[in-house]
Amino acid sequence: MSEYIKPLPKPSPTSRPYWEAAKRHELQLQHCGACGGFIYYPRPRCPNCMSDNLKWERVSGRGKLYSYTIVRRASTRSFADGPYVLAIVELDEGPHMTTNLIAPQEQLKIGMPVAVFFDDVTPEHTLVKFKPA
Amino acid sequence: MSLKNQAAAIGFAELKPSKDAPPDITPLSLMARLTAEAIADAGLEKSDIDGFLVGMPSAEPGFIYPASAAEVLGLNPRMLNVVDIGGASPAGMIWRAAAAIQSGMCSAVICLVADLNRAGDQRVPVISVQREFESPYGNIGANCGYAMIAHRHMYEYGTTPQQMAKVAVDQRKNALKNQLAAFGDKPLTIDDVLNSRMIVDPLHLYEIVSPCSGGSAVIIASPEVAKRAKNPPVWLLGAGEYSNHASITYAPSLTESPIKPAADAAFKMAGVDRKNIDLVCPYDCYTITVLVTFEDAGFCKKGQGGPFAAEHDLSYAGDFPCNTHGGQLSFGQPGLGGGMSHVVEGVRQLMGRGEGRQVKDAALAYVNGNGGIMSEQVSLILERRS
Repeated sequence: MSEYIKPLPKPSPTSRPYWEAAKRHELQLQHCGACGGFIYYPRPRCPNCMSDNLKWERVSGRGKLYSYTIVRRASTRSFADGPYVLAIVELDEGPHMTTNLIAPQEQLKIGMPVAVFFDDVTPEHTLVKFKPA
Repeated sequence: MSLKNQAAAIGFAELKPSKDAPPDITPLSLMARLTAEAIADAGLEKSDIDGFLVGMPSAEPGFIYPASAAEVLGLNPRMLNVVDIGGASPAGMIWRAAAAIQSGMCSAVICLVADLNRAGDQRVPVISVQREFESPYGNIGANCGYAMIAHRHMYEYGTTPQQMAKVAVDQRKNALKNQLAAFGDKPLTIDDVLNSRMIVDPLHLYEIVSPCSGGSAVIIASPEVAKRAKNPPVWLLGAGEYSNHASITYAPSLTESPIKPAADAAFKMAGVDRKNIDLVCPYDCYTITVLVTFEDAGFCKKGQGGPFAAEHDLSYAGDFPCNTHGGQLSFGQPGLGGGMSHVVEGVRQLMGRGEGRQVKDAALAYVNGNGGIMSEQVSLILERRS
């Protein structure tokens, strides 16, 4: 198997539960006990109300394609192995996520329903990606 | 208290951007040349410069950069800072200079940027959250974010590739009259733009700025210093700044940018009506950026940037002169000098130094600086008094 050369996430103390859940193939987000909002990416405090009353909750993994691009010419060599779809997904719970959408190019349509899947890119790292629902 | 009429641009210097980076040139050698030329253009002495705002060159980053650069240049500033708000840094420098002057801390501030095109491969960002949540998915560099803005704008408002391309085409007409433009040698058609290589859907090669080497400098002075300047002073009438995200994914909207609060603040301070603006110099890292600026700065209704660009002649001789230097799309993007090119062109036109592309009777200019992925916005209103 060829070596994985793309950048990998380096979890912080704040984000470690997110990446550990991803390794278990679960999508977990912080949920604010004060304002009720879901938070992505993980934060030290709620960026909406500054509360520190944050709990990790498993979420649906369902959402809609908010926008995307097909990157035909990557600006870094590690992504030069062919076109890829960079996407923003709007989760049913609200937050937007940067991700990759794995779908045939002709199917791509803003607003299309998508569902999470987990890509174990290395034995240590799992990325959170989406496919058509 | 406001910054209105508290300081004026009295001189500038600008280099022709080049695609290469000659090995015997450094950002500091460009800065030295620009500093000398800007001081001479203003009719000042080096000892008159008592404020120093500088951009950090990507080709030569450094720790405690302002003092190091000031020492090389032989400046003894009473205020020195790096301004680090991406492409909005140059416009951000202008109002910060005016604020330093208004407060009495300085009387003549040089705003200086220069860089070399040595970046090559886009580096993975050092900001930890972007490294962690953007880079692994390939959201690296600016192209992807603007492409996603363009797609969403097309989806929400029906904006077309032809409307976006029109911006690059009209700005090229301006560049043909600018000897300093890196891409000012041949005209461009909408078909040329749409037939150029697709880089990040829906953006084609000719809708994307080209990194260059170069730089520019502007001197902002107090009313007292402005009286003895060689050039007619160009007054800062209004300024506004706003940011609400870094990565575009976490912006409240992909299509409604933080330009609106920045521009609203600038127009409120200036007390002028948008319809009295004689030329606009919006940051144009991509064609879509210009359409969003037309909308959010209030020159047309939200979502109508595309039809607005299609219906107006954006050239220096047209009914809505826009980026009369060619914009960065045709002038080139010498690091932060790309953002400064909009400031310099606004000042140049209002000084009446537009040469073959002078906007007739230009008295009021709107300039916008944009950093990151529409992340940091600075709007300026500049005026030449008759």
